[in-house]
Amino acid sequence: MSGLYMRALDMVTRVRGVRGAMVVARSDGLVVAEQLMEGIKGSTVAALTASLTGRLQRAMMAAGLGPSQFWHLQCESGAVLAVPAGEGLLVVAVTEPEVNVGLVRLELLRAAEAAG
Amino acid sequence: MSDDVKSLSGELARDPQSLVFLRLGELLRQRRQFDTATRVALHGLERHAHLADAHDLYARILADRHDYEHAFDEWDMTLRIAPHHTGALKGLAFLYFKVGDLTQAEAHLQAAHRIAPDDPTIGQAFAVIRGEAGLSGEVPAEALPTAESLAPIPEPRVFAGLEGAQEGLLLLDGAGMVLGGALKTADGDDVTETVAAYLAGVSHEATRTARLLGLGDWRGLSAEGQSGHVHVGQPTTESMLLVMRDRSVPLGRLSLLAQRAAQAARRWLERQR
Repeated sequence: MSGLYMRALDMVTRVRGVRGAMVVARSDGLVVAEQLMEGIKGSTVAALTASLTGRLQRAMMAAGLGPSQFWHLQCESGAVLAVPAGEGLLVVAVTEPEVNVGLVRLELLRAAEAAG
Repeated sequence: MSDDVKSLSGELARDPQSLVFLRLGELLRQRRQFDTATRVALHGLERHAHLADAHDLYARILADRHDYEHAFDEWDMTLRIAPHHTGALKGLAFLYFKVGDLTQAEAHLQAAHRIAPDDPTIGQAFAVIRGEAGLSGEVPAEALPTAESLAPIPEPRVFAGLEGAQEGLLLLDGAGMVLGGALKTADGDDVTETVAAYLAGVSHEATRTARLLGLGDWRGLSAEGQSGHVHVGQPTTESMLLVMRDRSVPLGRLSLLAQRAAQAARRWLERQR
């Protein structure tokens, strides 16, 4: 199973500007698998992303928009992108500010399909 | 001082931002300790000026003190913030009844009944009004104003002129209280207050996430849903803006729209100072 997740993450981390990717459990924010550059704290990314996406998901459900399929947190010096995967998982990428968001999204969705 | 009042007062003293003032104020009102209830309500309003229930509480205290003019203003404000607030609709119905305007009283009760058909107090109020008016049976629905026609005159619109200004833009303060705009589902249900409640912690979470990952300040948070997209941003450090559109509006365009809405929100907030 771990090999499956690592292959899925490979798809994401090979995109230029991606500093790391991980598979995260949505319910408890724990790391399932990760491929991160040095200096990125996997457990922090996992916990905060699961919490943030969960909050926004609840707002979107209340607004009648249905379950979320992609999240994008834009920051001054980079971004965090996430998509849901099967079995209550998220596939998350941390990127540089200058990154092809569309391409990362595409690879995240492919990785989610592979991981799910 | 009773145990309940003591306990709630203690809770409020420990956390002055707490919404426990609503329960404490209501308890004091019911015990007819109006001076203390007023102080508690005003304390809450100072901290939660955009909380509909806080205005409703204050209005009830004022009404109990027979200060009907100011009670009317507070219930009117409650409805500006939360147009479907049944407490305010019932309160205004009571005030209209007191001044003998039975048509308006019944119309407000009808509006409340449409929102909360199972609320037994509305039926009781109808009985009182109809007894006073000598009416029998149901008043034809078409003869009564609609809920929309009862809505208060809108304040200057935050997002006037922007696409979807009436139903897809929402401006909140730092505590998640609605400052302007509204959200409706595809079925037309008003979900403004519910979504605002869920969004209250998003800004804080986004700030924590960005800072702990060394990504600086956050600039925006977008998400794709099955039936639509949202963009959350911060027009100012103490406000949050949500833009919601159906899936026909791509995320990129949504982001541009969010920038325009943020400019409008900043200008509006500046004018309020």
